[in-house]
Amino acid sequence: MQKQLVTVAVAALTLSVTVACGTNKTEDGGSGGSCDTSKGTLVLGVIAPQTGGLSAMGLGIKNSAQLAVDQANSACTVKGYKLQLQTEDDEAKPQIGQQAATKLASDTSVVGVVGTLNSSVAETVQPVLAEKKIAMISPANTNPSLSRGKEYPTAPKRAAENYFRVCATDDLQGPFGAKYLVEKAGKKNIAIITDGKTYGDGLAGEFEKLATSLGAKIAGKEKVGEKDTDFSGVIAKIRGANPDAVFYGGEFPVAGPLSKQLKDAGLNIPLMGGDGIYDPKFIDLGGKDGDFATSVGAPPDELPSAKKFVDDYSAKKFKDAFSAYGAFAYDAANALIGGLKKVTDAGDWSADKRADLLKAIGEYKGQGATGEVAFDQYGDSTNKLLTVYQVKSGKWGSVQSGTYNK
Amino acid sequence: MAAYLEQLVNGLVLGSIIGLIALGYTMVYGVIQLINFAHGEVFMVGAYASLACYLWILPPDLAGTWYIALPAMILFGSLVAALLAIAMERFAYRPLRGAPRLAPLITALGVSVFLQEVVRLFFPDAKQAKPYPTPFIEGGITVHLGDGQFTIAYIRILLVVVAIGLAALLQLYISRSRMGRAMRAIANDPDTARLMGINPDRIIVWTFVIGAVLAGVAGVFYGGYQNTINTDMGFQNGIFAFTAAVLGGIGSIRGAVVGAMIIGVVKTIAGQLPFLGGTQYDYVWIFVVLIFMLVFRPQGFFGETERVRA
Repeated sequence: MQKQLVTVAVAALTLSVTVACGTNKTEDGGSGGSCDTSKGTLVLGVIAPQTGGLSAMGLGIKNSAQLAVDQANSACTVKGYKLQLQTEDDEAKPQIGQQAATKLASDTSVVGVVGTLNSSVAETVQPVLAEKKIAMISPANTNPSLSRGKEYPTAPKRAAENYFRVCATDDLQGPFGAKYLVEKAGKKNIAIITDGKTYGDGLAGEFEKLATSLGAKIAGKEKVGEKDTDFSGVIAKIRGANPDAVFYGGEFPVAGPLSKQLKDAGLNIPLMGGDGIYDPKFIDLGGKDGDFATSVGAPPDELPSAKKFVDDYSAKKFKDAFSAYGAFAYDAANALIGGLKKVTDAGDWSADKRADLLKAIGEYKGQGATGEVAFDQYGDSTNKLLTVYQVKSGKWGSVQSGTYNK
Repeated sequence: MAAYLEQLVNGLVLGSIIGLIALGYTMVYGVIQLINFAHGEVFMVGAYASLACYLWILPPDLAGTWYIALPAMILFGSLVAALLAIAMERFAYRPLRGAPRLAPLITALGVSVFLQEVVRLFFPDAKQAKPYPTPFIEGGITVHLGDGQFTIAYIRILLVVVAIGLAALLQLYISRSRMGRAMRAIANDPDTARLMGINPDRIIVWTFVIGAVLAGVAGVFYGGYQNTINTDMGFQNGIFAFTAAVLGGIGSIRGAVVGAMIIGVVKTIAGQLPFLGGTQYDYVWIFVVLIFMLVFRPQGFFGETERVRA
């Protein structure tokens, strides 16, 4: 009897608040103003670099997730709740990322996290979020072991039930690049340089495996520091083997100057890298015409499903470009919102609904800016599309898109 | 063989940059026994100032002509670096002149962090690495040796010549000029020097300015041959320069240059030798050399044994 009374009281209260909100909608003005947000605010976290060398990519991730949240708020996607984005800077450092994750995990209104950019940061962020069963959808991690475990080539198993990603992985990206560089570009003597991080080493390893099996010779393997700016030592070392191309496993702050210094040292050969160097900044920092990059997905301006995202993003007039991972971050945020909608439609949100949310995200299917968004049994994206880009007269242009099948 | 010669050249180029910075460390230490950890940041600010000169002060039609752009950038970079050093000395170190040695040392660390953050926050778009223009002579000399060959860019040759030339001039200046004699007098015994009519404050500021000008020049060349500058560059290279000054004997001009060249060559040759772990371990060998030096000859190559002050 008493329980019934409470239910009625709550319902009445909800109704009155709803009405109040309804009448005040003009005052609210902002996004979500016309929706029922009586049940409170839910937070979507973003963990990505907002400062430092990789901030161009991190800011694109933040803005694109913001776009998805704004759209969900104005369309009343998650009924009864207002969504809010909370961005934490990881500075591209695993340790800072862990602190950011701890901060978000302590907040019961956090439903999930879009991030991280770096695979190495994901390694420390994911376990912290896993303790509280908080969903993590990465727009950009490409290291395969994050979803399929360390033994992924032989014995893949789901590494973490809270981990998802919307981009293809390096065990596809590396071979995709190798196939292009060896077969299409005809390079047979390739030097490999990496920055020694999770992403760079993993990608270069996958590249090397296919490149050697396609008959290319590896003209030396070198490591450089993430903060190095003088590569003359490494260049002198690889020169002896007369390489006709360099594959770099790492990101654009190193790759740009490396490409320029190769040329200055008289070694005018193309440099190829992965999604980590596919950024306009690579060219600003010294990337030269003829350099290659592979990246996940298809070029947004060629993919019809991306057009709406590109238009909406530019309409928002963000200060920073959406960069290499904007479209992925948008899809990741929408997958999270989509899962959340399913859970909150079934009942009010509380922290113990997080397990349901993980299940809902796993079953999510949607049409996103990068194509079809869905996850396989490991939490990996089912969208395996990859593209080779090349620098032509100071700009990235797409050369070939496709998928790599083993 | 060609690879080792190329690495030797690389080592001398790196050594030249470090040497130009190390001179500032060693001079300030020689005169007031202060390890100025903010000196690396003077180098960084010099590089950013020269970039600002290129972007916003030089008219675009002159910016591409190297014999106008390069001197203008060096002048402006050094000028800003010198002004910064004057301000730093006046507001951070002079108030602590009589304080225990630890106080100015900690202050120097504070100034270092402060300058890094100021540039990062207020220089447009400095939150990430900035591309540095190449208003330099493009191209280089190709060296053939046996079956190998390599190219040394003109800018790198110019850097080595400028660094060694400036160091030699400085040595001459310290040993021959009136001002140099005054510096040595202050270093020897500040109280007696004052009694002889030397104004220590003026000499100390002048010491800071000379160090800053050299660091400013280094900043321009550093940007020029690496094509990118970032706000961390002062800290990282400052540590190497400090190591170079200690190796050579802190307080010694010759020592700073020799120490820097040793660091440069050790780093690049160690990267080339296969049994030393390759380029990812090359920094290790710099500090191995430093540890051996500190164990067997703590005063460095050209250093004097610590004087006991009255």
